[in-house]
Amino acid sequence: MAKLNVNGKVREVQGEPDMPLLWVIREQVGLTGTKYGCGVAQCGACSVHINGEVQRSCSIRLGDVKPSDKIVTIEGLSRNGSHPVQKAWLAIDVPQCGYCQSGQIMAAAALLRKTPKPTDRDIDEAMTNICRCGTYQRIRAAVHMAAGMGTGSGSVAPAQRRRA
Amino acid sequence: MTSTGKVSRRAFVVGSAAAGGGLALSFAVPFAPPASAESTALANEVNIWVAVKPDDTCVIRIARSEMGQGTITGLAQLVAEELECDWKKVAVEQITPGRNLASKRAWGEMGTGGSRGIRTSQDYVRRGGAAARMMLLEAAADDWKVPVAELTVAEGVITHAGSNRSTSYGKVAAAAAKLTPPDPKAIALKDPKSWKIAGKPMKRLDTAGKLDGSKMYAIDVKLPGMLGAAIKDCPVYGGKISSYDESKIIGMPGVKRAVKVKDSAVAVVADSWWHAKAALDALPIVWDEGPGAAQSSATIAEHLKDGLTAETTNGGRQNGDPLKAIAEAAKKVEAVYSTPFLAHATMEPMNATARITADKAEAWVPTQNAEASLAALSEASGVPLANCEVYRHDLGGGFGRRGGTQDYVHQVVAIAKEFPGVPVKLIWTREEDMAHDFYRPISVCKMSAGLDADGNLVGLYVRVSGQSINAWLSPGQIKGGKDERQLQGLSEQPGDAQLGYDAPNLAIEYVMRNTHVPVGPWRGVNTNQNAVYMECFIEEVARAAGKDSVAFRRALMTNHPRHLAVLDAVAEKAGWGTPLPAGVHRGVAQFMGYASYSAAVAEVSVSEAGKLKVHRMVLALDCGHVVNPDQVAAQIEGSVAYGLTAALYGECPVENGRMTSLNFDTYEIMRLAEMPKVETVLVPSYEFWGGVGEPTICVVTPSVLNAIFAATGKPVRSLPLKHVKLV
Repeated sequence: MAKLNVNGKVREVQGEPDMPLLWVIREQVGLTGTKYGCGVAQCGACSVHINGEVQRSCSIRLGDVKPSDKIVTIEGLSRNGSHPVQKAWLAIDVPQCGYCQSGQIMAAAALLRKTPKPTDRDIDEAMTNICRCGTYQRIRAAVHMAAGMGTGSGSVAPAQRRRA
Repeated sequence: MTSTGKVSRRAFVVGSAAAGGGLALSFAVPFAPPASAESTALANEVNIWVAVKPDDTCVIRIARSEMGQGTITGLAQLVAEELECDWKKVAVEQITPGRNLASKRAWGEMGTGGSRGIRTSQDYVRRGGAAARMMLLEAAADDWKVPVAELTVAEGVITHAGSNRSTSYGKVAAAAAKLTPPDPKAIALKDPKSWKIAGKPMKRLDTAGKLDGSKMYAIDVKLPGMLGAAIKDCPVYGGKISSYDESKIIGMPGVKRAVKVKDSAVAVVADSWWHAKAALDALPIVWDEGPGAAQSSATIAEHLKDGLTAETTNGGRQNGDPLKAIAEAAKKVEAVYSTPFLAHATMEPMNATARITADKAEAWVPTQNAEASLAALSEASGVPLANCEVYRHDLGGGFGRRGGTQDYVHQVVAIAKEFPGVPVKLIWTREEDMAHDFYRPISVCKMSAGLDADGNLVGLYVRVSGQSINAWLSPGQIKGGKDERQLQGLSEQPGDAQLGYDAPNLAIEYVMRNTHVPVGPWRGVNTNQNAVYMECFIEEVARAAGKDSVAFRRALMTNHPRHLAVLDAVAEKAGWGTPLPAGVHRGVAQFMGYASYSAAVAEVSVSEAGKLKVHRMVLALDCGHVVNPDQVAAQIEGSVAYGLTAALYGECPVENGRMTSLNFDTYEIMRLAEMPKVETVLVPSYEFWGGVGEPTICVVTPSVLNAIFAATGKPVRSLPLKHVKLV
């Protein structure tokens, strides 16, 4: 039994220390917005925030996560899809199949928290997640749009979290 | 299994085999309410396409699959346009294949491939929307006892100006549902040029759930008591399992047991997928790899090369005597091109969930062909079709991988049968997904051309040697040894995939050279390879003739005005012939597939160290009618990423009979930083219904290769570019 702080809620999970955090989140916590794409930290579909940093959860072992680590998944990014990144994604109709977009959104939110007004080069360097539908052009436009909203603040404060 | 299942499966295969082939299955599309529909809650079903709730919400039924290409939104726009409802009050409901079957396929074919989602549904869904509108108006007219011709309707509000009365669809839907539907043939559809909802850049209806993790893909299905399964199929195609030692994994966390699946795969079932996967990795398996193990990229290349000089061909076309014309020409050009196997690599790996009992079979499936999924479920479970149901989930990418074959459904059913009544979710690892695809077929192409003293094309000879998709998936489509599908885009016939060039002496030949590697349709299918061959070679010929790339093509296209219009549109938008920044070069390509016409101009630079940068791409498309210009643009943008990924990185090498690139570290995918600026030019001619999802991919690679040629003076004749030294 291990304790995990996910989206502001402490949860008890069962899993061996070598179980990837991705599968703990999906199968133990039951939050399926975080996706499996490759299992080797290449595609970024499994991106979550840990203490505000974007991380690829498929390659983090449960045993290496501390109970004090604050994990935020796509379900906890905002209440009612109100994060600027989510609003920009909606305004520009970024997703096609949508499968990679949880990870893309988490990566974009982390970028904007650190770099509220990113340049194209900043976006190139930060947005390395794979999208097979090829939504890259709209992702770039939506990151700029979200930055223009002026609140590239990353994850919302715990008090605001309700989902999940 | 009963014979019913098999017969039905065969019937379904007719539909699924049409993917990419431009065939349409004929069926009656009735407009009466279905006999046994589980009606949309609280909604009055006006006809099979439209149900209206008392709050005026119009529920539009969708039979085709959504995998990102925007088909749900586009189909809903077409129905809503004729229905004259309020777009803000549109909801969609997806039909299951069991319900379709129980209603005698009232919703028509469900297969979604070959860029047919909208173009082969558009007529009957529009008629469905129009019929519903007519019935709703008639119900109001009956209620008010006025002639229906005196009524007007806008955004779901019906008005009788003469008596100053109005009502809404929600109020009259119950009465409308009881009326006799109009004869579909008597319905006059709107002129698309007068569309208000269709033809407009409406926002997608399915975006919200993709932004907060709430959308449930099939891989996310949760059912009470569900078990997880991981699988390994013999890495060598055609190989089998010799043995596996289940005792080594019994006692590992959560493990239930290992299950042999057919004669070539083994699955481990556990309380969670991760536990199943961990145990599968620990399971000792001995394979009987079979003769395929002797094959490699090198042996396959030799096999294909042999086809370049073979006497017997498997289809093609000819006019005049090209070999003679080329032999006598003032100038000759020759080249051999090649393209590799490619994997689909959908972001959501293959998966499916099944629950099987003695008399009922259910499956939760990401599928491009829900009827093929249902048939696979019935066949693999032995449960009659009538007692089977498939709950289809929108796909995390399809690209042709999840169409007629349904291999993963066969597998999950075989596993779930061992746990009666217990739902089992099978998920492939990325490695399994890359090792067991139905790959884009490998081919090589030898071309020669002759020019007269003025640089005019006098003869063109094209010989494609490569693997046949039909031979692997639909051998019945090969008639008398001829397999025209592999020459997609080089056809003489207009309408679907016609070559846009004429030459006084022309031969195009296909020689089938099959391998042990499974092949199938891959977004754009054979237009991709054939466009590389034709458009890169035409570029070589144009340069040998000393002519401008666009001007040389235009001279060959006088009998192909639609091809030409799209080429002209892209050249104009791209500023063909205008100065470029130092070091930037342009390349052009045009081609046709899926009844649509495409052209592209790429702007690239190649550094002194040979590093390629694609700066900008302009693509033009004439798909006839445009249902949602923003989503057409999205498909074109996406096709650039899919096409460029193939050009830059795409290959599936074969060693010892198996694939060696098994994850994204070796099967590299283009990232955002490499995405060029994409501009789209829509050139709708309003004269036909063409596809959108696939047509433009095929011009991406040749336009980039031709721009590289312009930059370096050297043609690129093999892919991917990561192996090509550009300078």
